[in-house]
Amino acid sequence: MTQARDEIKIGGLGASRRRVEDNRFVRGKGRYVDDIVLPDMLHMEILRSPLAHARITSIDVSKAWQVPGVRLVLTGEMMASRNLAWMPTLSYDTQAVLATDKVRFQGQEVACVIADDPYIAKDACEAIVVEYEPLPVIVNPAQALAEDAPLIRDDKENQPDNVVFDWEVGDKEGTDRAFAQADVVSTLELHYPRSHPSPLECCGSIADFDRSTSKLTVYMTTQAPHIIRAAVALVAELPEHMIRIVSPDLGGGFGNKVPVYPGYVASILASILLERPVKWIEDKTGNLISTGFGRDIYLRGEMALRNDGKILGVRMQTESDHGAFFSDAQPSKFKIGLLHSAFACYDIPAAHLVNRGVYTNKAPGGVAYRCSFRVTEAMYFQERMMQAAADDLGMDQAEFRRRNFVRDHDFPHRTPFGFLTDSGQYGKCLDVGLEAIGYQGFLKQKEEAKQRGRLLGIGISTMTEPLGAGNSREYDILGIKMFDSAELRVHMTGKAILRTGAKSQGQGHETTWAQIVAHELGIPAEDITVEEGDTDTAPFGMGTYASRSTPVAGAAVSMVARKIRAKARKLAAHLLEVSEEDIEWELGRFYVRSAPGQGVTIQECAAAAYSNMPDGMEPGLENVAYYDPPNLTWPFACYIVTVEVDPQTGVWDVLRVVAVDDCGVRINPMIVEGQIMGGLTEAYAMASMQFITFDAQGNCVGSNYMDYLLPTAWETPGYELHEVVTPSPHHPIGAKGVGECATVGGPAAFVNAVMDAIRDTGVRNIDMPLLPDRVYEALTQRHDVSGAPPVRTDD
Amino acid sequence: MYPSRFRYESPRSINEAIALLQEGGGEAKVLAGGQSLVPLLKLRFAAPELLVDINGLPGLDHHTVDPDGTIRIGALCRHADLERWAVLPARQPTMAAAAPLVADPIVRNRGTLVGSLCHADPQGDWASVVTALGGHVVAQGANGRRSIPVTQFVTGPFQNTLGYDEIAVEAVIPAPKGQAAGGYLKLERRVGDFATAGVAVAVELSGAVVTRAGIALTGVGGSTIDAGDAAQSLAGGQLTGDSIDNAADLAARAAQPRTDHRGSAEYKRQIVRTFVVRILTGVKESTERAA
Repeated sequence: MTQARDEIKIGGLGASRRRVEDNRFVRGKGRYVDDIVLPDMLHMEILRSPLAHARITSIDVSKAWQVPGVRLVLTGEMMASRNLAWMPTLSYDTQAVLATDKVRFQGQEVACVIADDPYIAKDACEAIVVEYEPLPVIVNPAQALAEDAPLIRDDKENQPDNVVFDWEVGDKEGTDRAFAQADVVSTLELHYPRSHPSPLECCGSIADFDRSTSKLTVYMTTQAPHIIRAAVALVAELPEHMIRIVSPDLGGGFGNKVPVYPGYVASILASILLERPVKWIEDKTGNLISTGFGRDIYLRGEMALRNDGKILGVRMQTESDHGAFFSDAQPSKFKIGLLHSAFACYDIPAAHLVNRGVYTNKAPGGVAYRCSFRVTEAMYFQERMMQAAADDLGMDQAEFRRRNFVRDHDFPHRTPFGFLTDSGQYGKCLDVGLEAIGYQGFLKQKEEAKQRGRLLGIGISTMTEPLGAGNSREYDILGIKMFDSAELRVHMTGKAILRTGAKSQGQGHETTWAQIVAHELGIPAEDITVEEGDTDTAPFGMGTYASRSTPVAGAAVSMVARKIRAKARKLAAHLLEVSEEDIEWELGRFYVRSAPGQGVTIQECAAAAYSNMPDGMEPGLENVAYYDPPNLTWPFACYIVTVEVDPQTGVWDVLRVVAVDDCGVRINPMIVEGQIMGGLTEAYAMASMQFITFDAQGNCVGSNYMDYLLPTAWETPGYELHEVVTPSPHHPIGAKGVGECATVGGPAAFVNAVMDAIRDTGVRNIDMPLLPDRVYEALTQRHDVSGAPPVRTDD
Repeated sequence: MYPSRFRYESPRSINEAIALLQEGGGEAKVLAGGQSLVPLLKLRFAAPELLVDINGLPGLDHHTVDPDGTIRIGALCRHADLERWAVLPARQPTMAAAAPLVADPIVRNRGTLVGSLCHADPQGDWASVVTALGGHVVAQGANGRRSIPVTQFVTGPFQNTLGYDEIAVEAVIPAPKGQAAGGYLKLERRVGDFATAGVAVAVELSGAVVTRAGIALTGVGGSTIDAGDAAQSLAGGQLTGDSIDNAADLAARAAQPRTDHRGSAEYKRQIVRTFVVRILTGVKESTERAA
């Protein structure tokens, strides 16, 4: 009875405990890679290609060597002589470390200078003379697939064209049959533009090779230090136990800090050659033009419908633009990630999806930008398609969704593309959202406004998404199964240190992991230190991305705490001089069932583990747990946005945003709410202003924060948050992933709202970002506005 | 930030500063707020040999109104000073409307109006405002001071008529000869973004009659655009729906926008037209209310 109250007091499950890490962050005491200064450290700068596609005819580095203070100049040729000119990607492709034959995108790494300070390194980079022979440039899939398209990856054997892969999933014949029975077929064609995760801290590394111990230590901006250790062992051919990867405080990641980047590899080689620490810190332009972008996918689809609103089947044909190298970091079985999680919340009998991935002369990436491997693209298409279909049927968009939802008693449910969803209350979430926004009232208000020439609109987006890869049966990266781990050491005084294989980039693991331990053991959260990111001390894990921390590493934290509790129970029995069977557990305390007043605290058990253990018991109170989840977790979200569009300028203002998230049990509600607000802001950014586009020569437009727009507090709308709780049936504490829900589900709500406001024009689609000029064009020209915004077309 | 190597001097008097510029012989740059120059240094688009930091010079941070109503803005007066200047909305509503729209709060804390005029970015807000108000720039060199109308001061994108050894020490806005009215509107994709289009409108009213008008446009040409015909069409008459529409059409015609990722040329013209109408309609309505 009193347990719940006690639990909040000790910072357990459900406590909106202040973030422990903020103590240092708000004081400017965070320790990021660039804050680390080692004795005798040198600085590395990268020379990048100004051209998107060109053959390198010569590189003259002689003038760079003459700049005083230069210690080393690296070129592709030098890398090649050590078999390091190319490296494997996380998706079974190869990527140039430093270009040898050709440059394949603007911003590609061509040479590196290592010098006494970064000014000298930059000066020397400017002294390198590279001669290029320009080649025809490819900036989109249509060009890549043209018959006479130049071959981008002529370095690869058995690569006759620019196709990276073809991938197919679903039931083609069953889907064809569904379409044959359809009363109405709705179609939709979209481009999800290239965006960039754009963490405020760019990528960087300090490689420190110590010849006397043969040990390589690398401080690195990575979301997955253990994967990097394995990759470095393979690429640099160093023994794994002689490699230590340390990922210190990270200033955001959002998927951008999963891949292996040439700068890391070059700094490692430089340190080995020079036997001194070498620091590489990327600047903002380097980050935006060369590191893992998100999205850039063309989505076409159709939906087979019955007149009564029942969806019979869905077809999707998609083309994904991967840039010059396939370095997406997808689970190896799923080439285009979990794009086939589309329509998972709807009961649809048949579906079929084909995807073709192509190479282009653009930066590589296609990383999971704040989403679980292409789920953002899936849910955007899904919810835009739902709105288009509702329009075609002349049906209310909320009612159309409700009619097709998987119902609460129908779980587990096999989705049309084969996932198994396990829980949810979709209808209830929608009801909470509609009630909060005042749906019927708004529809009336919208009609009244129309009479006065004002354009109001309402957009809905409802979705469930797969978070928390894996299970190990289906999910691996380079063959390494996607489990995770936690190690817990309880000290003699009842304090503890917890380490996991995940890596926080701002998610607040130091706060929430301690809350899980507090929940399981009754040790106050403030008595638990959480440490991550150092491969010499942390147990092996796959890192933090795809909202997998809480579903996988968080579950491991629960499981390791339960192992500790099991041993503590034996110690309690010993201390209370009763048998284990006679003991009961309440938060933080074992007691004798028949005499509840007689008990020992978890802290007393900890002391006994070091000072008074029973005969034959191994001393100490520590353990490790590896957790392989039985399934993904399936949070659900309902986002509703209302807008007003200015008919004379196309400017649209967000009136209200209502978010209903069901992410199961919330460990720290404040942090969950922060995640949802952050995600909604990124959703708003993509819907309203953000894109990276390329001109015909492959020049990147969006290479700095003047062109690539992050919304400020001024533009960011206010959010009204609501919750529904459907615990995960398999997660030890019923939690589901949540960090990415709003980024994934949010964009369609904003776009649907604007499209609803201009519905009378008959325009079906404006591709993101819905910049005012594009909305104005749709309003006045009454046609769809497709593709990326143009770049100087009338010169 | 790793700019090219440069020499840095922080003179204590204007004469010392001018001597340094002469010494620099065209390879020197004046640093005031640094909100345009420093990013250029960072990107190595600008690589001056000598940086003459005028922030230590006395007597340049003023923003004052002469007894006759003339407004004087010193070279070290920050955008934020103007944003917080309590008398400005009544004295000069066009300036007051623009001040909070310049870039973002961080830039406004450091950047200067005079520096913005010198930088002569076609996207600069102040050049349009000062043009619409018929203002001028005071330049000081070895041979003393001279006054340059802003329409002659800005000669093209990132070009002004300052000699290499001259410092722009003050911007001057002449006193209005009637009731000052007007405004500044800007469409930007996000706070701090360059303008998709911006419009400065300044009118002087005697009763309901427009005695003087100025209209200038931001971000819709290779340089700040003085929409003189549009302004001229308003002078001597009263503001009516028709006269406003006519001025708006003339302003849109004066714009020379390019299609780019901020919008099509035609769209930018539409924004100019819309903003002229909105500002002038606001003036008309408040005049009618006053009467």
